[in-house]
Amino acid sequence: MRQKIKPVEAALAAAGALNVVEMYKKALTIRYFEEKVDWLFGRGKLGGTTHLCIGQEAVPVGVASALRADDYMVSTHRGHGHLIAKGGEPARIFAELLGKSEGYCKGRGGTQHLCVMGLNFLGTNGITGGGIPIATGAGLSIKLSGDDRVAVCFFGEGASNQGTFHESLNMASVWKLPVVYVCENNMYAMSTRFARISASDDVAARAGAYGIEAAIVDGMDALKVAELAGKVVGRVRAGGGPALIEAKTYRFCGHSKSDPRTYRTREEEEMWKGKDPIKRLAAAAAEFIPGSEIEGIKRGVLAMIEDAYDAAEKGSDSSTDAALDGVYAKREDIVPQGNIQSA
Amino acid sequence: MPWTRTYRNRDEFERAFPQNAGVRGLAYRDAILEATVELMEEDSRVFVMGQGVDDAGGVFGTTKGLHERFGKGRCIDTALAENGITGIAAGAALCGMRPILAHMRVDFIPLSLDQIINHAAKWSYMFGGRASVPLTIRAIIGRGWGSAAQHSQSLQSILANIPGLKVVMPATPYDAKGLLRAAVKDNNPVIIIEHRWLYDHTGHVPEGPYTVPIGKAVVRRAGKDVTIAALSYMVYEALLAAEELKGRGIECEVIDLRTIKPMDTGLITESVKKTGRLVSVDTGWRECGIGAEVVASAVEGAFGSLKAAPVRISLPEAPTPASPALEALYYPGKKEIVYAIEKMVRAV
Ligand SMILES: Cc1ncc(C[n+]2csc(CCOP(=O)(O)OP(=O)(O)O)c2C)c(N)n1
Repeated sequence: MRQKIKPVEAALAAAGALNVVEMYKKALTIRYFEEKVDWLFGRGKLGGTTHLCIGQEAVPVGVASALRADDYMVSTHRGHGHLIAKGGEPARIFAELLGKSEGYCKGRGGTQHLCVMGLNFLGTNGITGGGIPIATGAGLSIKLSGDDRVAVCFFGEGASNQGTFHESLNMASVWKLPVVYVCENNMYAMSTRFARISASDDVAARAGAYGIEAAIVDGMDALKVAELAGKVVGRVRAGGGPALIEAKTYRFCGHSKSDPRTYRTREEEEMWKGKDPIKRLAAAAAEFIPGSEIEGIKRGVLAMIEDAYDAAEKGSDSSTDAALDGVYAKREDIVPQGNIQSA
Repeated sequence: MPWTRTYRNRDEFERAFPQNAGVRGLAYRDAILEATVELMEEDSRVFVMGQGVDDAGGVFGTTKGLHERFGKGRCIDTALAENGITGIAAGAALCGMRPILAHMRVDFIPLSLDQIINHAAKWSYMFGGRASVPLTIRAIIGRGWGSAAQHSQSLQSILANIPGLKVVMPATPYDAKGLLRAAVKDNNPVIIIEHRWLYDHTGHVPEGPYTVPIGKAVVRRAGKDVTIAALSYMVYEALLAAEELKGRGIECEVIDLRTIKPMDTGLITESVKKTGRLVSVDTGWRECGIGAEVVASAVEGAFGSLKAAPVRISLPEAPTPASPALEALYYPGKKEIVYAIEKMVRAV
């Protein structure tokens, strides 16, 4: 089942058109964004909770490289990277985390409830596995309206034990929905190792029970993810029915803000840090641009993140005048871009 | 008004309108089907899904033939996977569709509460009013059919507790059509709880589009002595009780709540200000139930007018038993309402 890992050169050649430098910038944006959030938490500048995707950047960046702007994306509690990959602006995400009016959801949602209809980004989600049927329903809406978009559904390996996963895959397969299920398998759901609580070693194996084609990919390598996603998304877009990608990855940080990580060894962490997706992308980008430019990109992205945070911090707190607005939707026009209209 | 009246079956209806008098009678189940057909014809975004929606019975006749008329792509049979299916419907709604999800029994809704409560209900507010879930969920309740604890519940209060949801319980064929239309046109998740015992009830239902506003109760019978706030099937028990009490010199005003959430507390308090007495009649349980909400609205809105402590008529605090003997004891009806009101009025 496990896909043979091809040499980097071959993957690079395959990804030729994929603009490696752009992917590097995206991944770096996610990394620096998350590091800033971590820093802010450490200093008590952010409340609530947060789940960072440091170490996992290759997956959203690689998958997003295969998507069009009008494709849907459904995210998880660990979703900042997904939104940035889909085109989310760091300043507005910071604003949301800070509870500002300028946040994507006016500060009402925070980290686990970030939704940007204009980007067809259907939400991060505080309920593990909760987004899987939502993405499947997005796929159903595409099928019913007869266009060629796809819906991408991110979820963790932990979520693959939820009923929603099995219920959704079954229906998506029967109805041949254009959904790409992307499992970010970082081996741990909070402190629980997948192998300890799961009857199958790989999440991909579960797709077989529903007649869904699945592939496993090195989730630390954005180019490999991009290459696979390109093929899979193309097949799904062409009407081939749903597919599943299992990206083997690792979060370098703890599960959420306070996690002593006693459930895994430092050696294991070091081994995975040796596969840092950012470093790999930097090496790949260095094939196309000089080292000085790589350094310039780093400085530029870092400055952009700092500016984004400063701008967000200067914003206004969520308006208390309108605190109860929107419990019920009034307008009819709150639908994502490119949606079908009333007959 | 012909549409405020309703008859238990077609015979009764035809006796009331012998010449037909230009008044079209339709059974409650057919009113639901007609509304669905009209909605699907008007708007390509509307589709129906649920277990067995395309089978011969068609959810007690309410989805009958839709698959032939609109194709299986818009009348979608689903797996037994309530939470997943509800999430799929919510996801489609989020992306601009207008699904109608049908459950044969309300008892299956608890399996989908995650998607209803954690997702559909929250989408609009949580995302700053920038997303909406125009999802309609139909679920059926009943009584006295020996189906017992897991097939006879009346779970409206669980749903009515959640901001972001709307809950309606039509009692007449006219309202069944008008509220279903209103629900599908609404941009929010709306849950429609239909009563199986009302499915044969026949009343005036106009052809073509009309809506009954969500959030508006209606006075079914005017009276000056006692307000009875009832819902769904219990409206009929209340009307029978009011008729009997009239013979004993007590004039009851019967309010049909129609919408449970948001509740029309204005109409309740207005009536209680006139009568000074309130009895709520629910199909569900008492504690934290709809009756509690009805009474609270009167206490808050018409405290000075109350001449007696309000009374709640509801199910006993126990799951529904299967035995006919126990069932007979379990369900309140006209008798209990008459008793409660006599006691209340004579005590003053
Ligand atoms: C329904 C539900 N149960 C439990 C939790 C608590 N929780 C939050 S994240 C998480 C782990 C999820 O693991 P996985 O799906 O593998 O994603 P990861 O955190 O590894 O990215 C848990 C159990 C939750 N948010 N929702």
